[in-house]
Amino acid sequence: MSDSNNMTLNLKIWRQSTTKDKGQIVDYILEGVSPDMSFLEMIDMLNEQLVAKNDDPIAFDHDCREGICGMCSMMINGQAHGPEKATTTCQLHMRSFKDGDTIVIEPWRARAFPVLKDLMVDRSAFDRIIEAGGFVNVNTGNAGDANEILIPKEAADLAMDAAACIGCGACVASCKNASAMLFVSAKISQLALLPQGEVEADQRALSMVEKMDELGFGNCTNEAECEASCPKDISISNIARMNRGFLKAAITSKTK
Amino acid sequence: MSTEQQVKKLDGKVPKGDIKTLWENYKFDMKLVNPSNKRKFKVIVVGTGLAGASASATLAELGYEVEAFCISDSPRRAHSIAAQGGINAAKNYPNDGDSVWRLFYDTVKGGDFRAREANVYRLAQVSNNIIDQCAAQGVPFAREYGGTLSNRSFGGAQVSRTFYARGQTGQQLLLGAYSALMKESSKGKVKIHTRSEMVELVMVNGKARGIITRNIVTGEFAKHSADAVLLCTGGYGNVFFLSTNAMNSNGSAAWKAYKKGAYFANPCYTQIHPTCIPVHGENQSKLTLMSESLRNDGRVWAPKKQGDKRPANEIPEDERDYYLERVYPSFGNLAPRDVSSRQAKYRVDEGKGVGKTGVAVYLDFRDAIKRDGYEVIKDRYGNLFDMYQRITDENPYEVPMRIYPAVHYTMGGLWVDYNLMTGAKGCFALGEANFSDHGANRLGASALMQGLADGYFVIPYTLGNYLASEKPNEEKVTVDNPEFEQAMKEAKGRFSKLLSINGKRSVDSFHKALGHIMWENVGMGRTEKGLTSAIKEIQALRKEFWKDVKVTGSDSGINVELEKANRVADFIELGELMARDALARHESCGGHFREEMQTADGEAKRDDEKFCHVAAWEWTGDDGEPIRNIEELSFENVHLATRSYK
Repeated sequence: MSDSNNMTLNLKIWRQSTTKDKGQIVDYILEGVSPDMSFLEMIDMLNEQLVAKNDDPIAFDHDCREGICGMCSMMINGQAHGPEKATTTCQLHMRSFKDGDTIVIEPWRARAFPVLKDLMVDRSAFDRIIEAGGFVNVNTGNAGDANEILIPKEAADLAMDAAACIGCGACVASCKNASAMLFVSAKISQLALLPQGEVEADQRALSMVEKMDELGFGNCTNEAECEASCPKDISISNIARMNRGFLKAAITSKTK
Repeated sequence: MSTEQQVKKLDGKVPKGDIKTLWENYKFDMKLVNPSNKRKFKVIVVGTGLAGASASATLAELGYEVEAFCISDSPRRAHSIAAQGGINAAKNYPNDGDSVWRLFYDTVKGGDFRAREANVYRLAQVSNNIIDQCAAQGVPFAREYGGTLSNRSFGGAQVSRTFYARGQTGQQLLLGAYSALMKESSKGKVKIHTRSEMVELVMVNGKARGIITRNIVTGEFAKHSADAVLLCTGGYGNVFFLSTNAMNSNGSAAWKAYKKGAYFANPCYTQIHPTCIPVHGENQSKLTLMSESLRNDGRVWAPKKQGDKRPANEIPEDERDYYLERVYPSFGNLAPRDVSSRQAKYRVDEGKGVGKTGVAVYLDFRDAIKRDGYEVIKDRYGNLFDMYQRITDENPYEVPMRIYPAVHYTMGGLWVDYNLMTGAKGCFALGEANFSDHGANRLGASALMQGLADGYFVIPYTLGNYLASEKPNEEKVTVDNPEFEQAMKEAKGRFSKLLSINGKRSVDSFHKALGHIMWENVGMGRTEKGLTSAIKEIQALRKEFWKDVKVTGSDSGINVELEKANRVADFIELGELMARDALARHESCGGHFREEMQTADGEAKRDDEKFCHVAAWEWTGDDGEPIRNIEELSFENVHLATRSYK
């Protein structure tokens, strides 16, 4: 579609062939970018051009392109998921940029998230944290009628606010300490707020925090960059809730 | 048909008896594996969406040794996560007349009498257990002030039976199943292989005994053996290139099984969802769905006049055609998906489409906001409205949304019997990957229900019966069996071939070309002429693909183009089978609309005399004509009738 609104962009993109490769920023000029395109469609367009020139296309994680799977992960001009608030990279549209803009695109950078290739990183550390206790120990078939346990709407809503986390890792990438506190606290909060999860709340807080530390994520120093960059508006009040739970568990828990 | 004599009549293996007690009695009749023997059986689960994660977790809880595989970087990314609206169950909490029977009835009718009754009844029965299980896992369902669970209504039903977690029900249910999976992983009961793609199914002595995988990060191939293989790999809507499916959703695992003896059932049954954001341009990569729940409060309309280019808010009330309310007065805006999509297409075909492209209709909240207030509507649909605004740059609180149908779900899939076993012995298919429960049209909020029903409550029983009866573990099959080496060789050969072609056209250009053929000819309206020419065009495209595709990079390390090429090659073949199936089914039913077969007022006209059956296609070689086997369907409980939503 040729349109007078189309833009020409100067892209500076991180290229790194493997985890061990040093990597570098490579410059590209991309013409004919429509403001209605999504950010990832803009990268698709660049990749088509690279393939045509026999160049290696840029590897990046993406899947649902609806802002819910948590795959997309780009630092855009130093901001995780780019300039729009509460928006994932896949939902960011080119109308947020203007003709002639320079856009710097980098992968998440954190010790616990090694770069696999270009803009793709390994976030399996998040799975390891969930394995440490981000669940309710209930096997299939054990459940009573769902309405037997009443849950105040307010608690259910707060739990849902926390449960909205998509596990993208923007919080870690934005934090100067590469802390995973927002991610971890969202899961701990969701389950602690519900009677079903409250039973194991102490042990869960202790195990998940321990695992997070072990995996090389940093600590929280209250900068709140995580909250500012979170595409799902997860609140840092979850971190406060987690810290209270952790402290209580550390003092009173009989198991650790 | 020249292959008439080879056509098989497939047996769905539905036990005899009263449909209401069938499953209970069958559960008692099935053989059990004793607890200490379960650990001697290994099960491979491919895919970690609702079906795969729930099956993996539940089988591991029972004591089986489970290995789960997914192509994403974490099991939590599976596309089940994108389901917005909700999950049905026959709880009847709202006291509005729901029951297991009614959910069963609605689903059979909604599927336009092309599903297997016994499977649907079982689905309705276990629907209630699913809600209980998910609530116990800490899924934050929406609740009333009294602390009980909330319900809402959804298309194709006149009761409120849909449970939901804001507009993110799929996400919350998947994260629940994922948490159960991680619980078992932490105990060492499930081994999870991420970024790992199944590229072959391995059959030994006529039984599925393993898979070959390709590691997406390293490019390495690996052999994995097991006593049974479960395919939970979702649907194949991405055949159309533009769909609401995630970019990496694909049909390749199912296609490999098809080539190893599984039948592909009703491939032409595709669901085109009525409320998606319309296409904006050539570079568009995917379409975004707006939850069907919006139709609870939004009113769908198009201008009465052709080519009316006025802004929506300037079109006076008496010049608007609220066509769903007009044509279907009793269901109105809640008419089922296939019916609603077709009506939108009719408006566009009549030249009454709206927006810049003229390929859209309106979904208007003006009256709902007037009636319930801005805050109430924001509370109900806020996140969906925000998403719409982000994509289109228009504010749906002020101007009506523009919507148009898009490919969303595939009711067709691998043929399975009542035990969820495919035509390849020992290979099972769960969730969207199988064909069994939705007939020719799926009702809203039923996909999540089916994925979890299969994984949590059906496969744990039927797989046990298979393992106890067949005792595959006694055959001592390991990856050292020659069949594994052979399958590995085939897989590697295919990938090297893709790399060696070194042609001129990109993988995406082929995918887009296929999508175009499919949307034009195998989309909402299908004709003999269009389908016949589509088959020829797809065959030509396939030839050109293998001659002229360009795959950059090498076979080691991450190579996204190579991954895509492998999947697109399968999509091209699958697309041809879809067109063949649509051509052979000379009737209209649910989402399959043959323009030659319609009633005077444009509704789907079934031919129960000739087509009250499942078409289960059998592969006969790369250049052979596939055989169209059938499974007869009988409707003893919900009697065959013309669907009416008027």
